[in-house]
Amino acid sequence: MATIKIISDSCTGCEKCIPACPFSLIKLEEGKAHIMPGCTFCGACVEECPFDAILLEEEQKEVELSAFRGVWVFAEQREGEIMPATFELLAAGRKLADALVESLSVIFLGDAIDEKVDELKKYPVDRIFFVSHPLLAEYRTSFYTRVFVDLIREFKPDIILLAATSMGRDLAPRVAARLKTGLTADCTSLDIDKEKRCLVQTRPAFGGNIMASIVTPYHRPQMATVRPKVMRPMQPTSLSSAEVIKLQPDLRSEDELVKIVGKIKEETNVVDLQEAEIIISGGRGLGRPENFSLIRELADLLGGAVGASRAVVDAGWIPSYHQVGQTGKTVQPKLYIACGISGAIQHQVGMRSSDVIVAINKDPEAPIFNIATYGIVEDLNRFLPVLMEKLKNTSSGRS
Amino acid sequence: MRIVVCIKQVPDTEELTKVKVNPVDNTIVREGIKNIINPFDENALEEALRIKEKNAASVTCISMGPPQAEDALRKALSMGVDEAILISDTCFAGSDTWATSYILSEAIKRLGDFDLIIAGKQAIDGDTAQVGPGIAEHLGIPQLTYVRKIEIKNGMIRAERALEDYFEVVEIKLPALITVTKEINEPRYPSLRNLLKAKKIKIPLWDNRFLNLAQDKIGLDGSPTRVIRTFTPGLPKKGEIIQGDIKEKADKIIEEIKKRNLLRWLQ
Repeated sequence: MATIKIISDSCTGCEKCIPACPFSLIKLEEGKAHIMPGCTFCGACVEECPFDAILLEEEQKEVELSAFRGVWVFAEQREGEIMPATFELLAAGRKLADALVESLSVIFLGDAIDEKVDELKKYPVDRIFFVSHPLLAEYRTSFYTRVFVDLIREFKPDIILLAATSMGRDLAPRVAARLKTGLTADCTSLDIDKEKRCLVQTRPAFGGNIMASIVTPYHRPQMATVRPKVMRPMQPTSLSSAEVIKLQPDLRSEDELVKIVGKIKEETNVVDLQEAEIIISGGRGLGRPENFSLIRELADLLGGAVGASRAVVDAGWIPSYHQVGQTGKTVQPKLYIACGISGAIQHQVGMRSSDVIVAINKDPEAPIFNIATYGIVEDLNRFLPVLMEKLKNTSSGRS
Repeated sequence: MRIVVCIKQVPDTEELTKVKVNPVDNTIVREGIKNIINPFDENALEEALRIKEKNAASVTCISMGPPQAEDALRKALSMGVDEAILISDTCFAGSDTWATSYILSEAIKRLGDFDLIIAGKQAIDGDTAQVGPGIAEHLGIPQLTYVRKIEIKNGMIRAERALEDYFEVVEIKLPALITVTKEINEPRYPSLRNLLKAKKIKIPLWDNRFLNLAQDKIGLDGSPTRVIRTFTPGLPKKGEIIQGDIKEKADKIIEEIKKRNLLRWLQ
């Protein structure tokens, strides 16, 4: 464990270190700085101290970190289709690998998806680990964990990125727990600290009110799940000279404890929020759950998807897969119409990168107006019917 | 049948926006913020209680946190769990998701036999969704995350998992760990009588003198990750408020939609 101490003779009690501590763990006692328990040894105070009065001794670990090299991206496939978030991870992974002057590898698990490996080869990646087995056709926690952990133990990557999807967030903590390494959930930005050669992972916490930067100083690999739709996807170059490493694991069906017995698709014609170009979202300002019909009607008219704030999902007005925000989905449509949504930070983090935001709210003080491209201060129950009537009357309206 | 429910005390949903980084000294301000049971964990509690009512199970609720997490456990008792245990020690402070799931898994081992562990799908303050799967891994049992419906029959559990665009139906033999979404049920309100009753129950404290876990697996020392910086996200650009009467406002919006070519049919 690292240690930190104040050199009493050097400390002048200038208090400069007190605001530098991100955790408020420094106080002045008898004219000298004093570090309270809970210190994370981040070193912020050491840099701030003009008198070199704070001594931080980094922990010496036996684990040879430099044995771990390269960046890995887990390519998520469902029913043989590579999920779009994979290409966002590839772009992020390429940047990290280039910063470290290391290779970028793709980890691809599945069955009979050789032609998808060819698709991956169109991207500027260095290696593709293609693990093929009938029992890997569908995602199963136990087999995917086992195969992934075996690969990591053998090839020792430095950084692993997975999408923060239901699959990535099921698999990553299991792998990280087995390997005893650091995992940061739902990152929205990734950087390399070139001096320390480590991954700096930034993510929102407390409903998006606070951002935190997190590192994994003494364990490898450094693992992160990355929020979909935050990073720009990589474009194919068709010039890749990726080396394909095909592996066949030894898996037995009797080892599988979880049996997938079916799939339920509940609503038909649900436009996937994260793929939608237009989203109409409803919030508490609707007044009553029945008024969601207004939102649905406008969504139908515009060919958009229906979104919702956390408040109405929590109140049970609409199923949670419509939820946009920190605990819901992050979306980036061309047009986002927020109806009766006050715009708590937790909602904003899920939609503020939309191209155009229209906010309709009767409260002129609603925080949503701070980020809206266009703000309409009206009661949505009055405004939406007027808007829809006018849209319908627009001469070239859909018949 | 024995069910263990893992809960976390978090700042109230409505109050999350009040958690701020003080721009002057860069510290997290939590003063005056009300704490609640993590909402998804209330669903976990409710589901355990419903299973208990149908299958004659016993329900043990555990929570790791500072001493005031006892309030969350007391609420769980008033909802009807049979037993609540607080896992708290200053040396557990600073635990990340790895260390937290390790400590909780060790506490569960101390409880003895169990059939089912239920937790919320994630906590609303950290939003990591990592502790549930972490506990399952440390205990070497299977996990089912994002569960919105379960049925238990003959030592088997049949569950529906909410994935991005469909629900997956799975079967699994107990013991297992599940994490639940809010669709799974509507948590009950404790009766006044049960609230009063729960007030009198002594909640056992399991500290590290009791659990006796190695220092390098708990707290900051046992945590592979470190927070190196916290900050308030930058303010987004201020928008334009459309003036005029209601019809003019609607016209203006349609005009902008047209101008930006946002709707193919509206040219």
